Amino acid sequence: MQKKIVYILAFLTISFSAYSQHATEHSKEQHELVQHEEKNLRERIKENIQHHLKDSHDFVFFSDTKKGKHYGFSLPIILWDDGLKIFSSSKFHHGETLAEVDGNHYKLYHGKIYKVDAQGTINYDEHHHPANVKPLDFSITKGVLSLIIMSVLMLWLFISIARSYKKNNGVPKGIAGFLEPIILYIRDDIAIPNIGEKHYAKYMNYLLTVFFFVWFFNLIGLTPLGINVTGNIAITFALALITFLITQFTAKKTYWKHIFWMPGVPWLMKIILAPIELLGVFIKPFALMIRLYANISAGHIVLMSLIGLMFVFQNWIGSSLTFFLAFAISLIELLVALLQAYIFTMLSALYFGFAVEEHDDSH
Amino acid sequence: MDKLLNDFSFGLFFWQIFLFLLLLFLLKKYAWKPILNAVKDREEGIQNALKSAENARKEMQNLTADNERILKEARNNREELLKEARTMRTEMIEEAKGHAQLEADKLIAKAKEEIENEKQTAITDLKNQVADLSIGIAEKLVKDQLDSKGKQVALIEKMLKDVKLN
Repeated sequence: MQKKIVYILAFLTISFSAYSQHATEHSKEQHELVQHEEKNLRERIKENIQHHLKDSHDFVFFSDTKKGKHYGFSLPIILWDDGLKIFSSSKFHHGETLAEVDGNHYKLYHGKIYKVDAQGTINYDEHHHPANVKPLDFSITKGVLSLIIMSVLMLWLFISIARSYKKNNGVPKGIAGFLEPIILYIRDDIAIPNIGEKHYAKYMNYLLTVFFFVWFFNLIGLTPLGINVTGNIAITFALALITFLITQFTAKKTYWKHIFWMPGVPWLMKIILAPIELLGVFIKPFALMIRLYANISAGHIVLMSLIGLMFVFQNWIGSSLTFFLAFAISLIELLVALLQAYIFTMLSALYFGFAVEEHDDSH
Repeated sequence: MDKLLNDFSFGLFFWQIFLFLLLLFLLKKYAWKPILNAVKDREEGIQNALKSAENARKEMQNLTADNERILKEARNNREELLKEARTMRTEMIEEAKGHAQLEADKLIAKAKEEIENEKQTAITDLKNQVADLSIGIAEKLVKDQLDSKGKQVALIEKMLKDVKLN
């Protein structure tokens, strides 16, 4: 292991010195030109990454920026603006033109749809945010389409597993043999220890669904399709909200008692503890939301930056090194995909456990 | 935080809630329930199989213990029977021996008696015969001796002589 690290370090130093040598060989003019191009490239990579992290109204696999061509397909836009407005995202031409529907003009600006006048003017407020009206946007975006497709795949996968159990008399065969240990792990090592033998069964459906949902979407995010679902704050907010609601609505009396009137402490402490505990109720799902979002987004940013670095280096040592690094990070991201799904499920189970815990009020 | 709020898309949130709940509902009904039930059934089956195997083992153990006990009893029984038979045999032999001795003694005594009797008879017979024979011889002698006058006279003389001696 240490030997390997030494090799990597040596490789790094060699490639960096090679890169700097490469740079000095150019004349000053060329150097400036290269720098300018590089800056341009870097800007483009940055933009690309930011664009990738956001949801988009069309499904673009790759773009040719020189020719201004995008390869992909357009998706339906569904707006609520004094009535339902449905049209294809091809009307926006990837944000280059305004879409005119029923006499209204809409502009796609930084991934969001604004109502504009016929000239497409965007007014800004003092924080440099667009002040135009945003119609409610229920579009089938890239993320929504991914959600639909993956949900159908998940349904097909798990229903076929359920069928195979019925057919094989409860003996797991094929993919069931691979996924059953995971299902059992969630039941025996996540649900039962955290929630308890008595109450765990009613939470199993949610825990299993959320685990496989997060895991599969983390994994699909690692494919070159450029889908980023679990790294989107709206998705993680929705998941955390469901965990939060389930926790509150299944909570037993002792749970509320522990929040508002902590047993076993002096009454002054009870008063101090109540707001803290109440805050904790909201902080827990908030942390769930941020953790998943931040981990997956960070993974995507690092991976895309490394891939972008290959083009910045433009020499075979640096580029191949970053390729190797990107590969290594991809492997780590595979682990992170599973780990984040595990953590989300685990913590959800823990919160459910708090909700149904039956204390003897001795402590 | 500002960026986070700016990135938040209500449409995506709405679809996520809707699709996730739908997925949850469908998976619950058509996947998780059958899968978890199948797993549970199987686990219970294994548990039961193990339990019944354990029971069978216990029963087997009991059976073996029973067998052992019965065997032991049988062995003891046999031992006792043999012992009894042995004593009986000895007794019988002893008894037989006693009887035989008695009988033999009796026979011998009888035989002895008979022999004695026979002997006495034979002796008596012999005596009689000897007496007869002696008388015959004496008769003949006497006849021979006394068939002439001279001899008779000689004899009387002699006898007289003996008497005189006496």
